[in-house]
Amino acid sequence: MTDLTPPPPALGCRTSPILKQRGQREVFCGLTGIIWLHRKIQDAFFLVVGSRTCAHLLQSAAGVMIFAEPRFGTAILEESDLAGLNDAHKELDREVARLLSRRPDIRQLFLVGSCPSEVIKLDLSRAAERLTKEFAPKVRVLEYSGSGIETTFTQGEDACLASMVPVLPETDKRELLVVGALPDVVEDQMIGLLAAMGIGPVRVLPARNIDDEVGIGENTVYALTQPFLSDTHAALERRGAKHIQAPFPLGEEGTTAWLAAVAEEFGVDRALFDEVTAAPRRRARQAVAAAAETLKNKSVFFFPDSQLEIPLARFLARECGMTPLEVGSPYIHDALHGPDLDLLPEGPQISEGQDVDLQLDRCREARPDLTVCGLGLANPLEAEGLSTKWAIELVFTPVHFYEQAGDLAALFARPLRRKDILEAAE
Amino acid sequence: MKLTVWTYEGPPHVGAMRVATGMKGLHYVLHAPQGDTYADLLFTMIERRDHRPPVTYTTFQARDLSRDTGSLFKQACQEAYDRFKPEAIIVGASCTAELIQDDPAGLAETMGLPVPVIPLELPSYQRKENFGADETFLQIVRHLAKPMEKTARISCNILGPTALGFRHRDDVQEITNLLYEMGIEVNVTGPMGSTPADIAKMGQAQFNVLLYPETGESAARYCEKTFGQPYTKVVPIGVGATNDFIAEIRALTGSTAAIDMQNSRQTWWSRSVDSTYLTGKRVFIFGDGTHVAAAARFARDEMGFEVAGMGCYNREFARPIRTLAKEYGLEALITDDYLEVEAAIEALQPEMILGTQMERHIGKRLGIPCAVISAPVHVQDFPARYSPQMGFEGANVLFDTWVHPLVMGLEEHLLHMFREDFEFNDAAGPSHHGGHAPVATGAEAQAPRSLESKMKPEVQPSGEVVWLPLAEKELKKIPFFVRGKARRNTEAFAVEKGLAEISVDTLYDAKAHYAR
Repeated sequence: MTDLTPPPPALGCRTSPILKQRGQREVFCGLTGIIWLHRKIQDAFFLVVGSRTCAHLLQSAAGVMIFAEPRFGTAILEESDLAGLNDAHKELDREVARLLSRRPDIRQLFLVGSCPSEVIKLDLSRAAERLTKEFAPKVRVLEYSGSGIETTFTQGEDACLASMVPVLPETDKRELLVVGALPDVVEDQMIGLLAAMGIGPVRVLPARNIDDEVGIGENTVYALTQPFLSDTHAALERRGAKHIQAPFPLGEEGTTAWLAAVAEEFGVDRALFDEVTAAPRRRARQAVAAAAETLKNKSVFFFPDSQLEIPLARFLARECGMTPLEVGSPYIHDALHGPDLDLLPEGPQISEGQDVDLQLDRCREARPDLTVCGLGLANPLEAEGLSTKWAIELVFTPVHFYEQAGDLAALFARPLRRKDILEAAE
Repeated sequence: MKLTVWTYEGPPHVGAMRVATGMKGLHYVLHAPQGDTYADLLFTMIERRDHRPPVTYTTFQARDLSRDTGSLFKQACQEAYDRFKPEAIIVGASCTAELIQDDPAGLAETMGLPVPVIPLELPSYQRKENFGADETFLQIVRHLAKPMEKTARISCNILGPTALGFRHRDDVQEITNLLYEMGIEVNVTGPMGSTPADIAKMGQAQFNVLLYPETGESAARYCEKTFGQPYTKVVPIGVGATNDFIAEIRALTGSTAAIDMQNSRQTWWSRSVDSTYLTGKRVFIFGDGTHVAAAARFARDEMGFEVAGMGCYNREFARPIRTLAKEYGLEALITDDYLEVEAAIEALQPEMILGTQMERHIGKRLGIPCAVISAPVHVQDFPARYSPQMGFEGANVLFDTWVHPLVMGLEEHLLHMFREDFEFNDAAGPSHHGGHAPVATGAEAQAPRSLESKMKPEVQPSGEVVWLPLAEKELKKIPFFVRGKARRNTEAFAVEKGLAEISVDTLYDAKAHYAR
């Protein structure tokens, strides 16, 4: 293979000093993940045990409302539930029974903890155990926390997947497990590439429905497609599975590196790897190049949001010619983010956590060409003349692997193109 | 515990945010975990505000709970004051902070901040968004407004508009202009548009105009008692109500100024020939109590619709809406359960829904046109253009908005005449809506949030009567906007006549039976 990939920088960001901040944060809580998880896992219902605020968040964060009855809902705690816990469990049992009788298509139920349910110490694991017994074998009931006092945005998906790991059956088969919710079309592309290299069957977590789930054991090897799955990663290690470390499959370079790490693990020979990847690599480069025209030499500033920030900064710096000024991430885990940090050329301020007012001060001072931030900050920054990309779109849009690399670059290019068009016309 | 799919109102602290975000020079320090910051996007995205809401969230985390969340609150409060230098601060707790009982009010009081600190008690597990806004505005007025000498010229305050309110921006402008025409000055408009210093001089006005009882009635009552300011009871939505409003203000002030009616077109539009197509259309009305009551009057008396059902989601207005519904010969639906509203609409099969963002979704699912008349609303209900609901221009806007979703005039005839035309058929929807475009692109269909679709056969077995194949085929030829009604009427007719089967004849017998 004629390797067009630039070598790693002399100095990456893995050892760069990290600015750690603790202050007012402007992020979603983990409940938000339900919005894409309930589409991905097609026989699951997500029942948040929480307050009116939780229900309102899900409705507002979704941006759109789904016309049909969605497969998520909130059991809203009322004054009477707060008085005594026994009552709350009975109430929950009643609501679950009613829900499952109305929705016979549901095979897995996730009880999702929230800030209020955690503060009153409502034991959802006990509830899940009890309800599993009651509704087995038809419905499996699991629980995880999506609360804002425990989880930030995408950590909700992590908590959900981690809750599934212990109940998956044991296997001694040597199989590849790919972990992270991807849009079906992207997942199919990924499986297609791996199959062409002779790797298969490929298992995925989360599976589209409960009957597709697979076993885990000491011979399982797994690769993550999302950088926010640290608890799931730990849960899989506890079951003896082996992690394939790699940069995340975002952009042509990230995808190639990710596939190469998997291919190496399975002893795929170099010629075959090149043969399988040559065409999609070329397409991805070509598609990225179109958007990179707009992005080249522009600066970018990341507010912490989804934990995708480090791999995205790596993609924008190395494949689109952008200059990251600050790369903020809610949490940084060396085991997961290390390979991407190695590739990200030194320079940007890496920051973990947030004090939103101080970070806004830094952003205004830096005046980046593009700011990647949450929905609460985007319009106010646009009004100050700073172009923005809403971070949530990066989680809701198919962006992984080769065929989406161009779309990913285009997501960042569009706000800049719009600015150019509107300003040229002035 | 109550299972909720979609909610009509947010929690009460969101109501407080609507007040704070509408005002200037006020800051809200909210004891809340990080997830609650989602509420900012309601204002920055849905309403397209160009500033962050003036809210500091303490964003405590699990690890803080074992330590001192109280000092975290005090620190956030101090930093918010130092950074934003507000004229006044409101402090409170969201649902989670309410449980940890830190007493933000007491904590803030001990800090000796040099500006008024107004504590809010908003019970998150009992009350909702509108209550939160109403109560917050009341507390601000109680703490800041002082008795004052009345203005020399006749003046009033406008009470109730908030951030994220349905058309509040334009209603305020329309009513301010109307009052100006009547020779009445507006002293303070609040909460939206006012500062704490403005609130302080609310007592100067002779009377209050209460535009939104949901969010301003408590303050209006307080001002009536404390400052001797009477307040208006008519909400000027529709020409009739606007005229009543003018009469009410004339009675309060003695104003005799003539009103320029040149731009009031709605009355003639409803009387023009084309509008006979509107006569008797069956509408279902749902929303907040105030907008529902106004819409019912406008629908029946000024558009010539038949009100087939009505209700509201805010229980605070259950009593007046129940009474009003009786006057229309109906039973009001008082619920905040979206699924109940959907079931009611499905059973009634109205020709149009006048509702909220939620009913728009119900309408899409059931194939019934819908116009939005009330909060909660989404981004498309914050139009760039001037688009009030109130006053004479508001009535013009109502006419246009309500007629837009309907199939009108000649098109309705053509659909009847050529119902199986390959391109001009009813499945395509009203021709001015672009329903002819291909439905979902590949990318959308595969996106994780792609929409669930639910295919339904035209006729569902009810267990009582059976549709014969030819009759069902005939039913399908009836245009979609009356098909639901035809089906329901025919089935009811068959049951009444003791028929087990519906034939083509039954269908037309029923049609003759129900002919008006």
